[in-house]
Amino acid sequence: MQLKNLYDNFRDSDTIKAYAQIIANDAKKLERPINIMEVCGGHTHTIMKFGLPQLMPQNINFIHGPGCPVCIMPKERIDHAYILAMQSDVILVTLGDMIKVPGSKGSLQDARSKGADVRFVYSPLDTLPIAKENPDKKIIFFAIGFETTTPMTAVLVEQVLKLKIPNIVFHINHVTVPEVMTELVASKDASSYNNKIDAFLGPSHVSVISGSKIYDKFPKEYKRPVVVTGFEPVDVMHGISMILKQFVEKRCELEIEYKRSVSYDGNIKAQALIEKYFQKVSLFRWRGIGDVADSGLRLRNTFQNIDAEVIYKDILPTTPINDFKLCICGDILRGMAKPHECTIFGTACKPTTPIGSCMVSSEGACAAYYKYGNLL
Amino acid sequence: MCLSIPSKVVKIAEDKASCTVDTMGVERDASLMMMEDDDVQIGDFVLLHIGFVMNKIDETSAQESLDTYKEILSLLDEEERAKVILEDDNCPTRGA
Ligand code: SF4
Repeated sequence: MQLKNLYDNFRDSDTIKAYAQIIANDAKKLERPINIMEVCGGHTHTIMKFGLPQLMPQNINFIHGPGCPVCIMPKERIDHAYILAMQSDVILVTLGDMIKVPGSKGSLQDARSKGADVRFVYSPLDTLPIAKENPDKKIIFFAIGFETTTPMTAVLVEQVLKLKIPNIVFHINHVTVPEVMTELVASKDASSYNNKIDAFLGPSHVSVISGSKIYDKFPKEYKRPVVVTGFEPVDVMHGISMILKQFVEKRCELEIEYKRSVSYDGNIKAQALIEKYFQKVSLFRWRGIGDVADSGLRLRNTFQNIDAEVIYKDILPTTPINDFKLCICGDILRGMAKPHECTIFGTACKPTTPIGSCMVSSEGACAAYYKYGNLL
Repeated sequence: MCLSIPSKVVKIAEDKASCTVDTMGVERDASLMMMEDDDVQIGDFVLLHIGFVMNKIDETSAQESLDTYKEILSLLDEEERAKVILEDDNCPTRGA
């Protein structure tokens, strides 16, 4: 097999069209319209970039989910990053996605323009040379991301402990996907938005690490089919056709479309790394969604000496900060609204002047609508 | 941060902690610390995420998907051809 095949063939426009035909045929057999939530921001981008909504029949609707780690970061935690970065003996290190996200005091880019030393790295391991070159500074790694990214932070923690690096500590903002999906469907209230979601396209990369097993309960307990789907457009079309087949055949199951990369059990070594260094926090406040039980991670108690939230607790505020009044990111992240329903979408709020986090992150739904809605 | 393009492993470091991969013609280094020892070999296809190899792409499954797609395309071709013939057969202006 050639590398090219793995790339091109999963983007082949004839195959996409073929699936559109299959989906159209099956959609005629549906008893009612169905709403499919793609949980992952990566999927939202594929869907918008390749114009997949235009290929869907009337009775299939995409609902965009909360799977964008930057979009769901509450302002008070972004403020933590800002406050830590402003300490004179600190170098704050984080992934590039965080550059422009505004907290209540401004973004990390703003902090940098005020003299803070903020470094944006491609990989958590890039923190190691920064620590070595700056022995008189405290290096704080501001960790973000879902299960996909958590084990990479765990590897950095392991290296810091193994190599006894004295000047790296961690501010952990890792969150987990199944818990927020549960939050979205667990309500028994018939009028709730939760009841809009009929099925899930399961995230691809989270599942590479965690395995598809983390979604077992959705078809079983919540009667929502889940199809774990790859991120290429052919994958997405294939995943949707698998969901439709389930509805047509009156099945409700967990299936994997993305078999070339996802197994039921996932990457066991990565899971063990997460387990070794992290424990659940009872509540994590998701931007726009609110408190979600058991959905956050923090360093285990044994590692408090490298936990920036413990070390700097006196200067880190915990009061929740609400979003800008006109921003409807919260509704978007819960699948209740679409970006163009926001009154300032594309006018006051654009990628160059983002008001909310769904516009600032390249994975955010508002950014995707802006970029691929021919607005650029 | 979630999108990633398949890469091919072209070199494995002596300490097996990292490797060099080819991503659409661009070579870069990636950590192997997320993978079991000796799990990744030269020539394997992998997915990278923030500097780490996060899994091996299963070639058999990938091939199966590609075969399914080919089959679907040929089935649709057949359907398409059948439709054209049917339309032709039912052409109201035939013989006019
Ligand atoms: S367009 Fe901007 S203000 Fe409106 S919901 Fe999206 S991010 Fe918020």
